[in-house]
Amino acid sequence: MSALDSLKARNALMRCLRAFFFERGFTEVETPVRIPAPCMELHIDAEPSGDCYLRTSPELFHKRLLAEGADRIFEVGKCFRAGERGHLHHPEYTMLEWYRAHAGYMDILDDTKALISKVWDDSSNVWKQKRKSRSVGSSDWKLLTVSDAFREFAGWDPAGRYDENRFDLDLVEKVEPALAAFDVPVVLYDYPAEAAALSRRKPSNPLVAERWELYINGIELANAYTELTDPTEQRARFEECAEKRKVLGKAVYPLDEEFLQALEKMPAAGGVALGVDRLLMLIIGADTLDAVLPFR
Amino acid sequence: MYSASDLKKGLKIEIDGDPCMITGFEFSKPGKGQSLYRCRIKNLITGNTFDKTYRSVEKVKRCALISRDYTFSYIDGHQYVFSDNETFEEVRLDDELLGDLKNFLVDDMQVEILFHNDRALDITLPNFVEMAIAETEPGARGDTTTNVAKPAKLANGYELNVPIFINEDDVIRIDTRTGQYADRVSKG
Repeated sequence: MSALDSLKARNALMRCLRAFFFERGFTEVETPVRIPAPCMELHIDAEPSGDCYLRTSPELFHKRLLAEGADRIFEVGKCFRAGERGHLHHPEYTMLEWYRAHAGYMDILDDTKALISKVWDDSSNVWKQKRKSRSVGSSDWKLLTVSDAFREFAGWDPAGRYDENRFDLDLVEKVEPALAAFDVPVVLYDYPAEAAALSRRKPSNPLVAERWELYINGIELANAYTELTDPTEQRARFEECAEKRKVLGKAVYPLDEEFLQALEKMPAAGGVALGVDRLLMLIIGADTLDAVLPFR
Repeated sequence: MYSASDLKKGLKIEIDGDPCMITGFEFSKPGKGQSLYRCRIKNLITGNTFDKTYRSVEKVKRCALISRDYTFSYIDGHQYVFSDNETFEEVRLDDELLGDLKNFLVDDMQVEILFHNDRALDITLPNFVEMAIAETEPGARGDTTTNVAKPAKLANGYELNVPIFINEDDVIRIDTRTGQYADRVSKG
């Protein structure tokens, strides 16, 4: 596919995505790309840009908007992650994020099912023939708790006895390959609390957090949370993460105090980040980002 | 030592004392997890292939491979004897290591031998070698098309396909990398 054809396919997808959110009353927002305090996560490294960093996600700004009273917002834009390059990674990529106030991760899953069904249906017939035959009708999605998936495919339950290295290795070597065998989208949900990132612990089971990840063809496509809105716990998580990053010799980013302050007023909310390049890749039936990043 | 993030296809590394080469490489990063470098690795001694996943904090030993220039001397049973161009020291390679390449050795041929801790791993011949055809069906006179092939044999028994116009005693050039006919040097 030529560069222009690839960008036309992307353009069709972008129209479809925007139409989806406008129909549902979402406001499209633009937040800064070059920022002083990227979100602190153990394994996500920001690309320095002068005395700032390029964003790894627009998440913290969206939460500030929710605290100001935003109800439904979305953003599509470039994000940057240092050192991530492979057939499913590129250090500069397009992310779609959306948030809903007064909602949780399962409400976001409903949005996601509707969105994926729509883009699948709207994509051209050429692509429909190319991609592996696969139903994405929302009733068919397979939901698996992380505990069940690990018990079944890796022989242990990480909830309550989380081991980061074992978890990551088994996830890529055992669980993800097993998910690739499903011919419907698979959602892994309720991650061990240690892998909560910015999600809320599940009130009925504090060993896990309200986070899900969507897999199509075994490829991770989106990550969603019932957002953590407790500023004290959020600060503690950032500080613990900063300590771990220091030990690993990684850059420690300044804490985003404005974000932490905004959390005091933030309503309960659900949100998700979805990789647009991977989505386009799946729509056209390709198996590497090379097919959708023409100037890579 | 290499960092896991230095790993890539074609890189040679040492695992448990054995020289190995990365023949397949995939960057992987699950969800919020750490970067993982999934490698398919070939042991250059045994030829065995296996998969190994490295985490970003892991270090991988460099593989010190040295290649030296040699001159081919003579055949001794199943061994091929070469002498070091600088020290004149002899090295003997088993025919197994040479594989098909043993058919393309000629007297005084200049070769490069790759060593890992004094163990010979691989040999590189000049890209082209000139050899005479020992056996082939006579070609049709005047037919110089190159897209029609017929079998032919060298004096050492090596078989290859040659164009129809090649005859016995013709000298041809063989590409040692592919083992295939390249062109005709002279008529027999």
